[in-house]
Amino acid sequence: MTEVNLSKVVKFYGKHRAVHGIDLAIHDGEFVVLVGPSGCGKSTTLRMIAGLEDISDGEVSIGGRVVNDLPPRERNISMVFQNYALYPHMTVRENLGFSLKVAKKEETEIEKAVDEAAGILGLDELMERKPAELSGGQRQRVAMGRAIVRHPDVFLFDEPLSNLDAKLRTQMRVEIKKLHQKVGNTIIYVTHDQVEAMTLADRIVLMQDGYIVQVGTPLELFNAPVNTFVASFIGSPPMNLIDGTVSGTDTIKLAGGLDVPVPAAARGQVTDGQKVQFGFRADNLMPEGHAVQEEGEKANLELTVTLTEPLGTETVLFTDIAGTEVQAKMLNPRPVRPGEVLKFRLMLDKCHVFDANTTEAIRG
Amino acid sequence: MLRRRFPEWFVLLLPAIIVIAAVVLIPLIFSLYSSFTPYKLTRPSTLWTWVGTYNYEKILTDAKFWAAFGRTVLFLTIVLNLELVLGLGIALLMNKVTWGQRTLRTILMFPMMFSPILVGFQFKFIFNDNIGLVNNALQSMGFNVALPWLVDGKLAMFSIIFAEVWMSTSVFAILILAGLFAMPRDPLEAAKVDGCTPWQSFRHITLPFLMPFIFIAMTIRSLDVARAYDIVQIMTGGGPARRTELLWTLMSRTGYVDARMGLANAMGYVSILLSIVFTIYFFHKLSAARAQIGMGG
Ligand SMILES: Nc1ncnc2c1ncn2[C@@H]1O[C@H](COP(=O)(O)OP(=O)(O)O)[C@@H](O)[C@H]1O
Ligand SMILES: [Mg+2]
Repeated sequence: MTEVNLSKVVKFYGKHRAVHGIDLAIHDGEFVVLVGPSGCGKSTTLRMIAGLEDISDGEVSIGGRVVNDLPPRERNISMVFQNYALYPHMTVRENLGFSLKVAKKEETEIEKAVDEAAGILGLDELMERKPAELSGGQRQRVAMGRAIVRHPDVFLFDEPLSNLDAKLRTQMRVEIKKLHQKVGNTIIYVTHDQVEAMTLADRIVLMQDGYIVQVGTPLELFNAPVNTFVASFIGSPPMNLIDGTVSGTDTIKLAGGLDVPVPAAARGQVTDGQKVQFGFRADNLMPEGHAVQEEGEKANLELTVTLTEPLGTETVLFTDIAGTEVQAKMLNPRPVRPGEVLKFRLMLDKCHVFDANTTEAIRG
Repeated sequence: MLRRRFPEWFVLLLPAIIVIAAVVLIPLIFSLYSSFTPYKLTRPSTLWTWVGTYNYEKILTDAKFWAAFGRTVLFLTIVLNLELVLGLGIALLMNKVTWGQRTLRTILMFPMMFSPILVGFQFKFIFNDNIGLVNNALQSMGFNVALPWLVDGKLAMFSIIFAEVWMSTSVFAILILAGLFAMPRDPLEAAKVDGCTPWQSFRHITLPFLMPFIFIAMTIRSLDVARAYDIVQIMTGGGPARRTELLWTLMSRTGYVDARMGLANAMGYVSILLSIVFTIYFFHKLSAARAQIGMGG
């Protein structure tokens, strides 16, 4: 059983505090994704788990064993680096077998493990080549092969796909997910790309400025963001947010003079005069005749389209509510010209309210 | 009248060609020619006597020459290996230093800034058996000895090697340090995660990466050391009784003291073979090492 536990883990670089005492419990066999904007401390956290950075304070344990003072080689982890970090002077075969060779394993055992990993990742044709003779995707695969050869307790991935082109990235994403299903190890995966996080994770850990903001399944983060940062980070396009003020107990007056009712989830939690941000996703603002048919409270709005982004199965429409640019979605799209006025339906049940001062969600 | 027109590039290069011919080519041809004559500086007319390969045949059977030749090879081997080991050690230590590294690097270069002649004099004084620093230090530590550093054959060889290593280890250190700076950090981290001990990381990752830098240093230094002259000449003059005689001290003795310039030139040509062999060997190793780490042949 290989749980990974972080307890009040802090990292200082000189005087600069990069990670602010985070707590995280990762279960055996779980696929956890650390996501967040660049510089938020994801890599630092991962490298502390790997043993490549000292832990300034707090405790990291792997499989119940505190590893703070153990070198990487005694933690039984594998890591895949962003720029692959293959050994340039070794062939693919030697790269794959290196960890077993330094562990002084039998030749035959090494060969068997290497061939098995090569089979899983489709590297058989490339075994005698040097890294310089491989494409980006092939190098990525070798890096992954090198990680699985050792049968580690935990896999650590640091932005493994960010050097690949978009198409290859999607392809490798699927392969990583398949790999996890096949080997079933605990995986901790770092990325700045929320799509990768959503598609891969059992659980997402969203970080900002060295803190953990929210931990949960992809759908929890999508449907119930704890603050405006999560709301605008997760999901594409990001959640629309409009400034407003609560009037009475049931109404929010948006900045441009438009009134919307307080969404059911927040009813009774707001006070008269409270400054809020009203949030909804593009999927919940759709033009009439091009919307999902759903029960529930709706508001009707007439809005002018300013820009369109056709994506095939849907078109993203840019428009304006109360002086704030918002994005809407059109299903079964027809061509729309900028300047056209359409009737939109806003699904009120799916809307969110955030306190404007704390940015935190107001939810029952 | 038809004027021959030279191509432009030739005209532009002509001054350079003339200078090179004057200072390199003509002396080279002259020395090669004179190695086939019994040319003595004291009797210029001997320059016109052709003796064929007589000088070369003489060298081939000359025990003194071969002793100097063998001693030079031995000297070269010991010096290069010592400098490599010390230079590698210094570079690895310097690479760990985080504070004041720039200053240390400059200090490291000091020995290279001295003229070899001065280094020779410096060590001649240090190793002097009466007034030298080493013996004085030994005596004040209570050893009642006066070691004949520059008089005993073995000790003299040791002293010369010591001086040579002191002067030039920094060539290795600087080049290897440059290699360490250029080294990517990722493979080392990958090796740590892959289970390497610090020694294994060094052996399997760092060292292969440094090999090209080491061979460049080897090539440069092998050419240098094969020509060792100044330090030896100052410290022992090839003595005592020729026991520190290297190729170049022998050649200068033959050419200028005995005035047998034809013979000395022939020795020069034979000993150049040594440098050529070492250079080819190290270049071969260099391109193999470069290919190994994927820098292309
Ligand atoms: N070796 C280092 N020395 C000093 N500061 C660092 C170092 N590595 C990272 N940092 C700082 O720590 C913070 C977090 O970095 P990092 O964990 O690499 O972010 P991420 O991987 O989320 O993009 C950043 O502000 C970065 O500048
Ligand atoms: Mg990072």
